[in-house]
Amino acid sequence: MEIAFYLAAIVAVAATARVISCANAVHALLYLIVSLLSVAIVFYTLGAPFAAALEVIVYAGAIMVLFVFVIMMLNLNQETVARERSWLAPRVWIGPGVLGVVLLGVLAVALASGGSMGNVDSTPLMAERIGMTMFGPYVLIVELAAFVLLAALVVAAHLGRDDRDVAEEKRVAAARGRRHPGGEQ
Amino acid sequence: MFGFSTDTLLDFAFTAFETIAILLAVVISAALLIWVERRLLGVWQDRYGPNRVGPFGILQVAADMIKIFFKEDWIPPFADKAVFVIAPAIIMFTTLMAFAVVPFTETIGVVDLNIGILFVLAMSSLGVYSVILAGWSSDNKYALLGGMRTAAQMISYEVFMGLSLLGVVLLAGSFDLRTIVESQAGMWNVIPQFPAFVIFFIAGIAEIHRAPFDLPEAEQELTAGYHTEYSGMKFGMFFVGEYLGIVLISCLTTVLFFGGWLGPILPGFVWFALKAGFFICFFVLLRAATVRPRYDQLMAFGWKILLPIALVNVAITGAVVVAMA
Repeated sequence: MEIAFYLAAIVAVAATARVISCANAVHALLYLIVSLLSVAIVFYTLGAPFAAALEVIVYAGAIMVLFVFVIMMLNLNQETVARERSWLAPRVWIGPGVLGVVLLGVLAVALASGGSMGNVDSTPLMAERIGMTMFGPYVLIVELAAFVLLAALVVAAHLGRDDRDVAEEKRVAAARGRRHPGGEQ
Repeated sequence: MFGFSTDTLLDFAFTAFETIAILLAVVISAALLIWVERRLLGVWQDRYGPNRVGPFGILQVAADMIKIFFKEDWIPPFADKAVFVIAPAIIMFTTLMAFAVVPFTETIGVVDLNIGILFVLAMSSLGVYSVILAGWSSDNKYALLGGMRTAAQMISYEVFMGLSLLGVVLLAGSFDLRTIVESQAGMWNVIPQFPAFVIFFIAGIAEIHRAPFDLPEAEQELTAGYHTEYSGMKFGMFFVGEYLGIVLISCLTTVLFFGGWLGPILPGFVWFALKAGFFICFFVLLRAATVRPRYDQLMAFGWKILLPIALVNVAITGAVVVAMA
């Protein structure tokens, strides 16, 4: 499986690089999906099939769909692609490039010193153990995250509510009431 | 590193042969569905359907295939070419990949993944891209609207599909589809998990956007929806992809709720084919007998009815499993 790990890792890095450098937003998103899929394969080769499946279902299959959904509505054209390209001038790369190289250096040192991070052949981490850990010692954090998500959901529902719909329903109900004077008022 | 023994080579050859055989069987049965569906619709609408080419008209499939291969394969000049070409391939790829984990009999089946159900869900959630990207890359209002409808419909119904399967997973104690079939030796899952079965089947119809949930391609409002601009074999791939989806959902329903290959007297494969065939015919009957809901009705039905039932089902099943253990 080691060769699969390295292949998937190379694909992930290359695809992610294209996400940043691609001028067409939808194409960039497609590269990001490829990147997430290859990360899923990396998880699988590391002995975490459950995490791999969730990576595909949740990130590649649901969250990225919403991204594509939104980008689709923006009506991108050649003009926006050209503008995006002009923003990606070489001098823009200097800052992020330096920071990235620093991180890469840290990672290389950590791997070279034989830390536990470099271990490809670890024991499989199955769904049961993940569940035990999440709902055992970390149950409080899970509950807090659920609170935050619920709050976000309520706010989104409130913001997205269309008051005109309510007014329209009242008007229709009133009109119905007039047509059937004998009916329930 | 490459010291393969003869046994490994034989194993490899056998697996390759089995995989290709399953692939061919699945694609051929999906292609035959073109004819099956038209004949069955004919029966239910009191007419003949295609009955001219070959015995009972069965060679209609060949005629259709030849026609579609020789049609002009046109890419609109305003389309995003690369994405336009990839989109129909995605639906074929993801649906065929999902068949990899389906156990057809005790011995036939490409692979037994310990995350079998999750793999199927992952593939079906990736299938969304086919329709969305087709709708976007066509650069056509109707296609885009169809793509948007699909995105919302498939993401929503994926949730209910996943939740309905949790009960089955709880009962079997495994994501592996083969283990799930074996756990039904005493009683088919459809009895203790009847609500889950109904939700799974409805969500399955919505996932492959068949009638009555074919809003992404509602011809009265959206011409042909996301595949308006497609022609020739690319259109053919969407077409066959839909039939592959029917076969897949029928096979999964059989495996998850109706005991897969289990059954008395007849060999396992016959039982599997009979059960799956029944659901395939049911898909066609649904198309003949139901009307398309409005888009908001579809969404409201999912989130207000299916979701609560699925959650209650998971809670009750979980409680029973814990109490029995």
